[in-house]
Amino acid sequence: MRYPFPVGKSDFIQGDEAIARAAILAGCRFYAGYPITPASEIFEAMALYMPLVDGVSIQMEDELASMAAIIGASWAGAKAMTATSGPGFSLMQENIGYAIMTETPVVVVDVQRGGPSTGQPTLGAQGDIMQAIWGTHGDHMLIVLSPSTVQEAFDFTVRAFNLAERYRTPVVLLTDAEIAHMRERVYIPNPDEIEVVERKLPANEEEAKLPFGDPHGDGVPPMPIFGRGYRTYVTGLTHDEYGRPKTVDAEIHERLIRRIFNKILSHKDEIISYEKFMLDDAEIAIISTGIVSRSGVRAVKILREKGIKAGLLKLNTIWPFDFDMIEELAEQVEKIYVPEMNLGQLYHLVKEGANGKAEVELIPKIGGEVHTPMEIVERVVG
Amino acid sequence: MYLKSAYDIRDKYLRKDMLPTIFCPGCGIGSALQYTLRAIDDLGLNPDEIVWVSGIGCSSRVPGFVNFDGLHTTHGRALAFATGIKLANPDLKIIAFMGDGDAAAIGGNHFIHAIRRNLDVTVILINNFTYGMTGGQVAPTALKGLRGTTAPYGQFENPFDIADLAVSAGANYVARWSVFNYLQGINSIKKALQKEGFTLVEFLSPCPISFGRRNRMKTAPELLRWYQKITVPLAKAKKMSPEELEGKIVIGEFVDRDRPGLVREYEAYKKRAKKMMGWEE
Ligand SMILES: Cc1ncc(C[n+]2csc(CCOP(=O)(O)OP(=O)(O)O)c2C)c(N)n1
Ligand code: SF4
Repeated sequence: MRYPFPVGKSDFIQGDEAIARAAILAGCRFYAGYPITPASEIFEAMALYMPLVDGVSIQMEDELASMAAIIGASWAGAKAMTATSGPGFSLMQENIGYAIMTETPVVVVDVQRGGPSTGQPTLGAQGDIMQAIWGTHGDHMLIVLSPSTVQEAFDFTVRAFNLAERYRTPVVLLTDAEIAHMRERVYIPNPDEIEVVERKLPANEEEAKLPFGDPHGDGVPPMPIFGRGYRTYVTGLTHDEYGRPKTVDAEIHERLIRRIFNKILSHKDEIISYEKFMLDDAEIAIISTGIVSRSGVRAVKILREKGIKAGLLKLNTIWPFDFDMIEELAEQVEKIYVPEMNLGQLYHLVKEGANGKAEVELIPKIGGEVHTPMEIVERVVG
Repeated sequence: MYLKSAYDIRDKYLRKDMLPTIFCPGCGIGSALQYTLRAIDDLGLNPDEIVWVSGIGCSSRVPGFVNFDGLHTTHGRALAFATGIKLANPDLKIIAFMGDGDAAAIGGNHFIHAIRRNLDVTVILINNFTYGMTGGQVAPTALKGLRGTTAPYGQFENPFDIADLAVSAGANYVARWSVFNYLQGINSIKKALQKEGFTLVEFLSPCPISFGRRNRMKTAPELLRWYQKITVPLAKAKKMSPEELEGKIVIGEFVDRDRPGLVREYEAYKKRAKKMMGWEE
C-alpha cells in the first residue's frame, strides 16, 4: 500500500492534517463533508488523499447529508468519517441519533468554534461538550474523545476508528480550533506500527440473522454488512434482535436501549482514558480537557513553585464519564478547579462526580482565547 | 407480457414475519411495490445485490416488507444515505422508495443534488399529494385547492411537479404514471433499473384514508376516477394550451438519456488524480 504522505517519520503539520492522515492509516476509505471553519482543512486533505488510496471523498449538499452518507457507506462496509464545526454538528444530530440506534460505526470530528449560532467562526471555544454528549434526542450513548496536542489529534483519531468498529457506535472526536490550526511535530507511524481494529462480522447465518442481538454476550452484535446475502433490514425505529420494527413494546425498547448503553458502559475501563499530572499528593486539582489542559500543566508548575500542592487531571475521553474516579479525587483534594472555554459545561459533570466531597469551582473563559496559565494560577491563589 | 400470479411474487420476495403490512385498504403503495418486484423478477436481478433505501412515511415502510438488505433512515434523507452506500460499494444496485413529502419537502435538497450528481439509484416515488403517515397534512405536490389538515380551506400554494423538477435537475430517466397504469409502470421500472445514473418512476397513488377522506374521495375507485380525470398523456398534453393544462397532471415518459452516472464519474476522477500525482501513467 502506497500512502500519499510520508510514513514512519515525523512531520510538522496542523491538527486538521494530522486527523486526515490518521483516518487514512486507520483504514478510513469514505469521507463525506461540507466545508466549515475551522474543520475545512480536514476535508481538503481528505479530498487530496482519498482518490489516491482508492477511497471516496465527496462534498455533500449539507451536514445532514454528510452524516447520512457516512452511515450508508459504513453499512456498505467502509470505515467512514465526516468533520465539521458547531453549526454543522447541530445539523448532524438527527443522523447521529440514527447511527446510535442502528449501531453504525462512524467517526464524526467536531472542531469547536465560538457559538451559539455562527458565532466566532475563526476563534476557539469548548462550547460543544454538552452537544457532543447530549445533542441528539432520546436516551443514548456514544463515545467522545478530546485531544490536546496535534500528536494526540493523530493518535485519538486512530483510536476513534478503533472504538467505533469495536463497539459498533459513532465516536465523536471533539477538538479545538487551536489544535486544528496549530502546527506541531507529529510522528506519523508506519502502518505496521498502528493497531487497527476491524468490525466483527457474522461468523455464520445464525449470527447474521441477529444484527441487533447479543450472540457473544458483550453487547456488541456482529455487523452483517450489505451485499453479502444476509438480507438485513436496518431501521431507526425501535427494533427487535432481528431488526424488525417494534415501536410500542416497552420491553423490547428497554432491552435495545439498555444494551446500547451497556455495551459501552460495561467496557468503560477500556474506553475511558485520562492523564494525571502531579496529582499524587495534590491538595488542589485542576480538571480540564483539550487545549486548556496545556495551560493547566503550566499553571500546576507555577503553583508548585509557589508551594501550592496542585495537580492536573486531563480528560482524554469526555464520554463516557468516570464519575467514580472524580469522586475519589474529590475525597483526596480540598478543591477542584475546572477551567474551560465556555460558561460551564465540563463543570457540571465534574460537580456531579465530586458529589459534594470537594468544592468545585468553574474558571470560565469565552470570546476566543485560551486561558493563560496565570489566569488559572490567580484564581487558585485567590 | 406474461404476468406471474401476485401470490408467487409475494412468496418469493416478501418477509413473511413482517406481514401484514401497515397499509390501509385501498392504498396504492402495495401496487407500486408489486410492480417493482415484478420488474426485478422479470429482469432476473439477484436480490443479494440490491439494497432498498427509504426515509420516513408510509411509502418508506416498504423496505421492511421485502426480503432484501434495507436501510429505513430519517425523514427525507434516503438519497444522502444512498450516496454513501453506492460509492462505498458500486456493485450494489439501489432502489429508493420514497413519499412525495419525503422527497420534495424535507428531502428536497438531497433530491435535487442526488439528481445533479446523477447518483446511480432508481427512485420509486409515491405521490399521494399528502403526508399519509402523519395523517393527511398537505404535501408540496398538492394541487391548488386540495385539502389537508394543515390547509383545511384548500391548498393556497403552488405545487411542485416532481417529474419536471427531476428532468431539469438532470436525471437520466423520468416517468410518471398512476398506479392504475400497471403495464406502463412495470415497464418503466424495468427500464429504470437497467440504466446507470439517476432514474425516477413517480406513481400517483391513492391514499383514501388520509387524503381521499378529506377531499370527498373516500375509496380507491373514487380516487381512480379522479386520477383518470386529472391525468393527461404526454402526447395529448403537447397539443394542449397552458390554460387547458391548468390543474392537470401529465403522465408518460419524460426523459430517457445516458449521461454518465456518479460511480463512473468518480472512477474517472480517481484515475485523473493518480495521473496528476504521477502515480499512474
Ligand atoms: C424530521 C422529521 N420531521 C417530521 C417527521 C414526521 N413525519 C413522519 S412521516 C411524514 C410525512 C410523510 O409523508 P410522505 O413523505 O409524503 O409519505 P407518505 O406517508 O404519504 O407515504 C412526516 C412529516 C419525522 N419523522 N421526522
Ligand atoms: S395513510 Fe394513505 S398512504 Fe398511508 S397506508 Fe394509509 S392509504 Fe396508504
